[in-house]
Amino acid sequence: MAVEALGSTPRVRVVPWNDPVVRGWVFQIVVVGLVGALAWYLVSNTMDNLARQKIASGFDYLGREAGFEIGDTMIEYSPASTYARAIWVGILNTLRVAVLGIILSTILGTFLGIGRLSPNWLLSKICEWYVEGFRNVPLLLWLFLFYKLISEAFPGPRQAISTLWGSVFLSNRGLYFPVPMADPIHKWMAVALLVGILGAIMQHRWAKKRQEATGQPFPSISAGIGVALGMPIAVWLAAGAPSSMSWPALKGFNFEGGTVIQPEFTALLVGLVLYTSAFVAEIVRSGILALHKGQSEAAAALGLSRGQAMRLVLLPQALRVIVPPMTSQFLNITKNSSLAIAIGYPDLVASINVTINQTGQAIENVLLIMAAYLTVSLSISAFMNWYNKRISLRER
Amino acid sequence: MFNKLTAAGIAAATLIGAAGAAHAGKELDAIKARGALICGVGTGTAGFNLADSQGKWRGLNVDVCRAVAAAIFGDAEKVKYVPLTAQQRFTALQSGEVDLLSNNTTWTLTRDTALGFDFTGVTYYDGQGFMVNKKLGVKSAKELNGATVCVAPGTTTELNLADYFRANKMQFKPVVIEKADEIRAAFFAGRCDVYTTDASALAAVRVANVPAPQKAEDYIVLPEIISKEPLGPVVRHGDNQFGDIVTWSLFAMLEAEEYGIDSKNVDQMLKSDNPTIKRILGVTPGMGKALGLDEKWVYNIIKQVGNYGESFDRNIGKDSILKIDRGVNKLWTKGGLQYAPPIR
Repeated sequence: MAVEALGSTPRVRVVPWNDPVVRGWVFQIVVVGLVGALAWYLVSNTMDNLARQKIASGFDYLGREAGFEIGDTMIEYSPASTYARAIWVGILNTLRVAVLGIILSTILGTFLGIGRLSPNWLLSKICEWYVEGFRNVPLLLWLFLFYKLISEAFPGPRQAISTLWGSVFLSNRGLYFPVPMADPIHKWMAVALLVGILGAIMQHRWAKKRQEATGQPFPSISAGIGVALGMPIAVWLAAGAPSSMSWPALKGFNFEGGTVIQPEFTALLVGLVLYTSAFVAEIVRSGILALHKGQSEAAAALGLSRGQAMRLVLLPQALRVIVPPMTSQFLNITKNSSLAIAIGYPDLVASINVTINQTGQAIENVLLIMAAYLTVSLSISAFMNWYNKRISLRER
Repeated sequence: MFNKLTAAGIAAATLIGAAGAAHAGKELDAIKARGALICGVGTGTAGFNLADSQGKWRGLNVDVCRAVAAAIFGDAEKVKYVPLTAQQRFTALQSGEVDLLSNNTTWTLTRDTALGFDFTGVTYYDGQGFMVNKKLGVKSAKELNGATVCVAPGTTTELNLADYFRANKMQFKPVVIEKADEIRAAFFAGRCDVYTTDASALAAVRVANVPAPQKAEDYIVLPEIISKEPLGPVVRHGDNQFGDIVTWSLFAMLEAEEYGIDSKNVDQMLKSDNPTIKRILGVTPGMGKALGLDEKWVYNIIKQVGNYGESFDRNIGKDSILKIDRGVNKLWTKGGLQYAPPIR
């Protein structure tokens, strides 16, 4: 122990209550004991209260029939499904909007951030107004605005706006469009797509190595897209190109067939993306401005175009500054998606809230919400930390 | 260090102390000590619970709170109102944020047991209905296959809706928004084909909430009533004395109507020779003592709040804008379901 290492000077014998080491240990044990006792007290007190008020506890309810319908589900769900399934539907809906929101706001935000640095006065001013406008109004108001716009501005299903020879319908029930009929080949097309993406990545690495060795560039991006998309198309053609489609058609009150992007989802996604991209833009801008001016001058001196300079010289270095605050923005999107409750998108919080109300078991359900958000958020953090380490400056 | 520890110790002791006091189990003592009843009401349904232009809460549910306050304190004004959404209400009652929930809550087995509540009576026998735009040309709920339905979350309505469509082998898409204002706005904007909730609330919304330039006549309530919704006040399971007071405050309003006692004639009724009326109004003592209340508890309720019929007519019946028919909510003597056990 550290105390032993100091052994060169003989220790003075002191009474235990004056010995800093003993005292330190005693205090630590007392603090841990108190925290433990407090935790035990709170838990046992809660359990006791629940039992005394005859409020049910435990997680048994998860296996019971939920009995309520959900308007927007990615997996098979009916009121006869269990509460666990209803909550899972909510988790998937949250993930869907969070993942799409993260991708879209990163892309839009990057363009806005670069645009704000543009020498073009009009472009940079538009980007500036956009950023100041969106980030200075609370997200909840944007959500209400977009939801009201969609439900008030678009006509009812019977007067739906129809385009593309009557195959796409836009109304206040959402955007209906045709999709291919379910076919067993789709599973294999997905596998082919994965293989194609993997191939594209390997091809990109090979091209990079070759360029470093010989200086010969290879159009690895367009080739990569070709490989990634070509694989599933080849599988589809090999299976005889099954092309029966499910077309949306007005039947009774609503459209049937095809698939739909619902107004609640659209309003939430648009709101999250437009709002968060304003913050992303500022992060990107600050990342680029953090670079020394010499970098862009050197890139220009090498004869790189503005686009090439941005893509090959500036952005890779700016990423070191950009990535850590971006993690917070990604976490914000995920957590802000819970504002869905205000406009009726059935996300995790919505599912759990209904469950709380029908079962009365608030504590268990709130623990479930916290566990779900914690899992998602920690996964995002872990991934971003890994990525941050990968791109960080390695000093040689 | 020592200071921190002391502080932590004090904090822990305070927590234990505070928790201990809250567990005394005597809701009634706590209410009396506080000097006011805390009543959970809805966020705004005309006739049942709605704050008027002066911020004064009015409605049938509000009158139940006022009656309980009149019974306990002799003053119907000693109530603090907490507006709660359908989703907040049960947690608020379970956690002790409110003493009493009078919020159009449907009496069900699960709520009476697993949620740890006691229902104390039925203020309004209701049932779930559907409202649609006339333009759809729908005449019956059986024609609603494939409809998009606006519904509030965390209600029996949401479950009945799913049950009804399943039982009739029909499909629907729900649009679920928590705030009553928002869900109505979505319905009136045409986001949904159908709005469903208790028939009484549909009537109230149709009269009071249709946004201009649309008119109440543009909407119809379909004839089907798909469920039983006995709406009543709710208390926490545990303090039976307080539960009894809430129960009998409502019964007193019904008994008073049955025996013709109202807010205008209650003072003359004090001189009545009828032994039942003498017992109800505390002229013959005993009833108040049994409940742990002042003997004039019924007198105070009727004088300040009125009997059940007066409250009904004033808030949702013939003297209100809603003009809801008494229907099954007539007294049992007139062929309805409202039947109070005798005060004796």
